Amino acid sequence: MKLDAKIPDGPVAEKWDRHKFEMKLVNPANKRKYSVIVVGSGLAGGAAAATLGELGYRVTCLCFQDSPRRAHSIAAQGGINAAKNYQNDGDSIWRLFYDTVKGGDFRAREANVYRLAQVSVNIIDQCVAQGVPFAREYGGLLANRSFGGAQVSRTFYARGQTGQQLLLGCYQALERQVAAGTVTMRPRTEMLDLVLVDGVARGVVTRDLVTGKIESLAADAVLLATGGYGNVFYLSTNAKGSNVTATYRAYKRGAAFGNPCYTQIHPTCIPVSGDYQSKLTLMSESLRNDGRVWVPKTAGDRRAPHEIPEAERDYYLERKYPSYGNLCPRDIASRAAKEVCDEGRGVGPSGLGVYLDFADAIGRVGEQQVRERYGNLFEMYQRITDENPYRVPMRIFPAVHYTMGGLWVDYNLMSTIPGLHVLGEANFSDHGANRLGASALMQGLADGYFVIPATIGHYLASTPLPKVDTGHPAFRAAEAEVTATTRRLLSIGGRRTVDSFHRELGKLMWENCGMARDAAGLKGNLQRIPELRAEFWENVNVPGSDAELNQALEKAGRVADFLEFGELMCRDALEREESCGGHFRVEHQTEDGEARRDDERFCHVSAWEYQGPDRAPVLHREPLTFENVHLSTRSYK
Amino acid sequence: MTRILGFWRSVVGKKVVMGATGLIMIGFVVVHMLGNLQAFLGSEKLNAYGALLHGPLHEVTLLLRGVLLAAVVLHIVAAVQLTLLDRAARPVGYARKVPQAATPASRTLRLGGVLLLAFIVFHLLHFTTGQVHPEFIPGDVYHNLVSGLSRPLVALFYIVSMLALGLHLYHGAWASLRSLGAAQPAPSPLHRPVARVLAVVVWLGFTIVPVAVLLGWLA
Amino acid sequence: MKLTLFVWRQPSGASSGQLVRYEAPDVSPDMSFLEMLDVVNEGLVLRGEAPIAFDHDCREGICGSCGLMINGIAHGPMKGTATCQLHMRSFKDGDTIYVEPWRARAFPVVKDLVVDRSAFDRIMAAGGFVSVSTGSAPDGNAIPVPKPDADLAMDAAACIGCGACVAACPNASAMLFTSAKVGHLQLLPQGQPERHRRALGMEAQMEAEGFGGCTWHGECQEACPKGISIDWITRLHRDFIAATVTQREESAADAGF
Repeated sequence: MKLDAKIPDGPVAEKWDRHKFEMKLVNPANKRKYSVIVVGSGLAGGAAAATLGELGYRVTCLCFQDSPRRAHSIAAQGGINAAKNYQNDGDSIWRLFYDTVKGGDFRAREANVYRLAQVSVNIIDQCVAQGVPFAREYGGLLANRSFGGAQVSRTFYARGQTGQQLLLGCYQALERQVAAGTVTMRPRTEMLDLVLVDGVARGVVTRDLVTGKIESLAADAVLLATGGYGNVFYLSTNAKGSNVTATYRAYKRGAAFGNPCYTQIHPTCIPVSGDYQSKLTLMSESLRNDGRVWVPKTAGDRRAPHEIPEAERDYYLERKYPSYGNLCPRDIASRAAKEVCDEGRGVGPSGLGVYLDFADAIGRVGEQQVRERYGNLFEMYQRITDENPYRVPMRIFPAVHYTMGGLWVDYNLMSTIPGLHVLGEANFSDHGANRLGASALMQGLADGYFVIPATIGHYLASTPLPKVDTGHPAFRAAEAEVTATTRRLLSIGGRRTVDSFHRELGKLMWENCGMARDAAGLKGNLQRIPELRAEFWENVNVPGSDAELNQALEKAGRVADFLEFGELMCRDALEREESCGGHFRVEHQTEDGEARRDDERFCHVSAWEYQGPDRAPVLHREPLTFENVHLSTRSYK
Repeated sequence: MTRILGFWRSVVGKKVVMGATGLIMIGFVVVHMLGNLQAFLGSEKLNAYGALLHGPLHEVTLLLRGVLLAAVVLHIVAAVQLTLLDRAARPVGYARKVPQAATPASRTLRLGGVLLLAFIVFHLLHFTTGQVHPEFIPGDVYHNLVSGLSRPLVALFYIVSMLALGLHLYHGAWASLRSLGAAQPAPSPLHRPVARVLAVVVWLGFTIVPVAVLLGWLA
Repeated sequence: MKLTLFVWRQPSGASSGQLVRYEAPDVSPDMSFLEMLDVVNEGLVLRGEAPIAFDHDCREGICGSCGLMINGIAHGPMKGTATCQLHMRSFKDGDTIYVEPWRARAFPVVKDLVVDRSAFDRIMAAGGFVSVSTGSAPDGNAIPVPKPDADLAMDAAACIGCGACVAACPNASAMLFTSAKVGHLQLLPQGQPERHRRALGMEAQMEAEGFGGCTWHGECQEACPKGISIDWITRLHRDFIAATVTQREESAADAGF
């Protein structure tokens, strides 16, 4: 396998425009002759399906939810970045590019990031035109807020539900195409395998989640926009259904998996309250605009927060990172929270929490103003914890939130399998080793609305695609494999539930491959995970049949993939002997506990190639070069 | 024409028709109530009012009767059709269902409507045409009123029906304005002070007559 | 806490169903309602029984997947809260809880507590969008939108499409959903060119799906986890009347959406 990123020549600011001109086009009348499968209907998949439909391609879009509007992009709260410089505070495409490369700890491709910053401005225009009700100033123009990792206000938002509003815009565009007949929507359908014909991605095998029917779909190109794999940790802020199955099965078919160890731990989530906990809830990072993070200065201080006088509080982010303060990037804020909790200064019943205090903000701008900015988040917090954050400081703790790793793609978003394109969080992405807040929505929509519609035409126009239908032996074989796996899961009849395995895996991952990783823990996982996997295949209990709506079976298939994928993650984390962004190796830190990158040895993308069930995957490296942003140690002090 | 038919065929269109016809009937009911209350001014006044409607204003009365009849028919047809549609929309009901906002008035709207229809038929046969009024004297409105309502069972039927009318109005008057799109946005849209006053006034205004007859205030 | 549940079990849309009694002996008040069902399901699987099927995904009250009729109240006793955000502290030790699926002809039961809400998608496809293809948008600040309009549009756009309005409505009407969806776009300048066909098209599709009509009980508003007001229904009526009066006949060539 050879990794060719296909980055166009020329200065970084001209690459995308030049590339758009140089790519081949599909004549408007010929577009309807091409069919495209889009897996996933979130911001990336939904935007791609809608836009390709508008262009005239025949699109089939799948999602496992009951409606495309429910994809997990919907849960993003805070906002979306764009280099509009509407606030006249010094923003520019170049600055967004710079912030993103730096925020990602120099582990992203410059050319991709620049393109992302470039199209960010078009995204806002498109969303406004669709009727996304962004927050506005009294003059009627768009409002902005500031967000972590940036010193300008470039984040556009719609109350605390920007993700939902952007997704609804995208979903509305998608439904318009469904009505126009260019997109066929298949909800409650899960992709279970990728089908290659002569080494080219030509279709997928799906399971109808209502009837259980295994069915193949053939097409000229396949787009995966299936999100991230944060649920490998069991507890994360991801939706319960979010999974790695589509990307992992593509990996098993030959697509290289890029940087699987890069996960983002979000600093502001509601702490875990018990063993039965099924998921974690995020409190938008925007809260850090007005909330101040603190813990008691002395370990073991169990007093109620209002009893702790100002002098005995440690506003540790403001102390350690004076220039960014509470708005330092996520990886740094998370690690700092872990540090103070490790020192025994954590708050709440479990000791795994820090305060996010709004008393100063309420004193400064009044409760009404705070309510206007964060009302729904405060309500959500109160519903979950039964505490009133207007009176008592919120308790927060880091939780797995986003995964920067994903299938490796070239500049055209194509994986190492020709015809298989990967969008949004599912690809190894433009965020390097750490994603800045409000950039996930930007990347999903950039890929879906603007990048793939341009690059897919080039692929289709320049690739010979002989006619293939689902009668092809490759489809038959893949269907047989999927059916066999499903039957096997149902036939085990063991004594443990799927969730119990998932929880156990999650615990291993969180403890040894979470916020801080070391070689011993990772090696332990590499031994323990295969054992757990073996036990799963002998002792899991999946009731019911494969010819019905069977949620236990759906979960079992996903957890089976997590049980393999977790190992790949640990392998990647072990191999990357440096600390960068969200990947913190305990062995590689400075004296004051900051991450220490090793640009000599690790300034590259790690792309893993599957070798078969019992063989270790092979690592390929795509070197990263920085011509425009000088490689430097990140400092938010 | 297709536009009007399309409007009538749609659910929202029918609701608008129900609202508009409802308002027409409310107008009639209020005028009717004011007419009735003239009974307290003595038999001459009331009979003179009756004579006015059937004499000099005969054409106007006929026209208004026509409008009213059309409103009643449209209101009933729309109500029946919408009721059937609503019933069909939930073929399997809940084992448990606890209303959170529905009022006794809104929940008895349809039943009340049927009762009111029965009442109207009886009322017309009773006081307008006299078929079910044993002592009916054409033209002597006051006599017909007092003698008709002095039978306790009849008076009771009137009183119960007026309760139904009050409830129907409490929900219907408010709902009519909403269906016509005329209601203004409000922080708590379920509050309806005007409909409440109207319902109470109409209920009192109509109920006081049979009560007064029973108590012997009108003779 | 110890609870007794009566849960609607129905193997598939084609078969008949019934309420089945389950005991939940060890419930923590800090659990969410769905976590309580998770625990019951774990027990069922270990006893070799089929777990209770229910829709859920984000579990933070925004995706709109979950939705259960809990003791006769859509999304349960806590106002402004989706089922996934309802916590067991809203119940008392020893309570009996009835759990039923949304009931409506337009929401057929798929299995147990799972219903098919694709009717909502089809209502959206009948005009719930602005016809603006990617790439054709003017600058985001080219058209100012008065803040009160944007805020009001946002109130309507907050709808998560869970279907509680339909479930709670005595007529199984989808007027709150439809009116919120229409209303969001009608308030914005971008929604103006299509406002009439949107109001007529979405209303017609709502009827075609078999939802009932609105009789202004206000149950939908009380059930809505996002607090969407029945004022939106009034607005839809207004739009519908205006559209009927002022609509222009479309030429045959562009009659289709």
